[in-house]
Amino acid sequence: MISHYNFAYLDEQTKRMIRRAILKGVAVPGYQVPFASREMPMPYGWGTGGVQVSAACLTPGDTLKVIDQGADDTTNAVSIRKFFERTAGVAVTERTAEASIIQTRHRIPEVPLTEDQILVYQVPMPEPLRFLEPRESETRKMHALEEYGLMHVKLYEDIARHGEIATAYNYPVKVEDRYVMSPSPIPKFDNPKLESPALQLFGAGREQRIYALPPHTKAVSLDFEDYPFDPSRADHPCALCGATDSYLDEVITDDAGGRMFVCSDTDYCAGRRGEDAA
Amino acid sequence: MTPLLEVRNLSKFYGARIGCADVSFNLYPGEVLGIVGESGSGKSTLLNCLAGHQPPDTGEVIFDTRVEGPRDTVRMSEPERRMLGRTDWAFVHQNPRDGLRMRISAGGNVGERLMAVGARHYGQIRDAAEDWLTRVEIDTGRMDDRPSAFSGGMQQRLQIARNLVTGPRLVFMDEPTGGLDVSVQARLLDLLRGLVRRMGLSAVIVTHDLAVVRLLADRLMVMKDGHVVETGLTDQVLDDPQHAYTQLLVSSVLQV
Repeated sequence: MISHYNFAYLDEQTKRMIRRAILKGVAVPGYQVPFASREMPMPYGWGTGGVQVSAACLTPGDTLKVIDQGADDTTNAVSIRKFFERTAGVAVTERTAEASIIQTRHRIPEVPLTEDQILVYQVPMPEPLRFLEPRESETRKMHALEEYGLMHVKLYEDIARHGEIATAYNYPVKVEDRYVMSPSPIPKFDNPKLESPALQLFGAGREQRIYALPPHTKAVSLDFEDYPFDPSRADHPCALCGATDSYLDEVITDDAGGRMFVCSDTDYCAGRRGEDAA
Repeated sequence: MTPLLEVRNLSKFYGARIGCADVSFNLYPGEVLGIVGESGSGKSTLLNCLAGHQPPDTGEVIFDTRVEGPRDTVRMSEPERRMLGRTDWAFVHQNPRDGLRMRISAGGNVGERLMAVGARHYGQIRDAAEDWLTRVEIDTGRMDDRPSAFSGGMQQRLQIARNLVTGPRLVFMDEPTGGLDVSVQARLLDLLRGLVRRMGLSAVIVTHDLAVVRLLADRLMVMKDGHVVETGLTDQVLDDPQHAYTQLLVSSVLQV
């Protein structure tokens, strides 16, 4: 750990400001709380929002896990894990069950989370209505007045064009029958897992917003009565561990059309193979 | 009989300049009111104030709501006014691009108001959209095309369908036939007249085209420099104009 930095990189006043935003977010589930996002030593889009939320939540006794698209060993995950190892000196792990804080990019771990864990999401675009309504003043008003008809227009367009709701990630949810929220670009397979015993925090650094799902909060994926929500999954078992209940990545293996489906959650896959071997 | 819309002493100023001043009128159910005048006479300002798009500086706009009876829409809360805007009111813009979502299919455009008031059954929304496209004479085969692929006349008819799908009682129209060629205009007017009569709609139509009001409007209001200079039955005003400006307006129409 480098002693020139304050614990977890950010100064205490900044962490205090972020914790205030988090508390407000927890008090109003699904509501996007503005916060004064800081410059972080990494580019926007690499998880500056998630890193700030993690920094504000970390204590010296925490164990941190970082996921990038389900994997623990990709650039984004390794960089952020190293960052907190150096600036906070906290213990790190790749095992979901052992972590107390998990920062994630675009996945929810397969292993069910517990009440003792915090899941921190990196959010590129917190506003679910953005691509339907470009004006921020107008989207805020729509949230305030609960005017969410437009969200269904998007789903209608999906069905009209593709015969089904083709939105496969970043699938909007309605939180506690009030706010429509973007769950960050997680696959819609993960949407049912949003109703979780763990505290879930969402940080968008570039857009300067924090929002939250407190434990056991209702999060309903939007749909039509005659086209219900379907958390789809590739119709294969994992080629490595044989799991039939996990979210799969399709991996191209050669130039001749060879491909395999493997668990996107590397820790889950490795854990299952370890058990099989034993 | 209670008027559907009662406007009392409505004024709107842009700084020291007058938008519209001291306008009062009653609109009864099933009645179509035309507002004519030259560019800059305050027609559009008045319409925007009536429809709640702009806050007027003084005056009252009392609308006979379904549930609570006459209410002043200027002083009602914004959620209530916006709710009216997508249920009992409709607004047809001069440029269909202002009133349509150009990146969303025709069906989605018509269905938006239904979804905004809580429709959540895809099949039913689609049926309603299909029904309305037929009523405004758009081929239902074009339902999944975007409005950008439509001609100007079709876009305008689509905008009308999108507005009328929730069965409003009051329609605001801002130059509904502007920018269309005369044969398309004639078809659109024919369609509008049929819809207004069949659905028993009340409408406020702003236009500078006297032929439009002659065909659609029961009563006429002539505006100049933000003031109403003459009101009366359409035929009466057009055939026997009293005010100097109205006389000028009527005599300026080109005869073919």
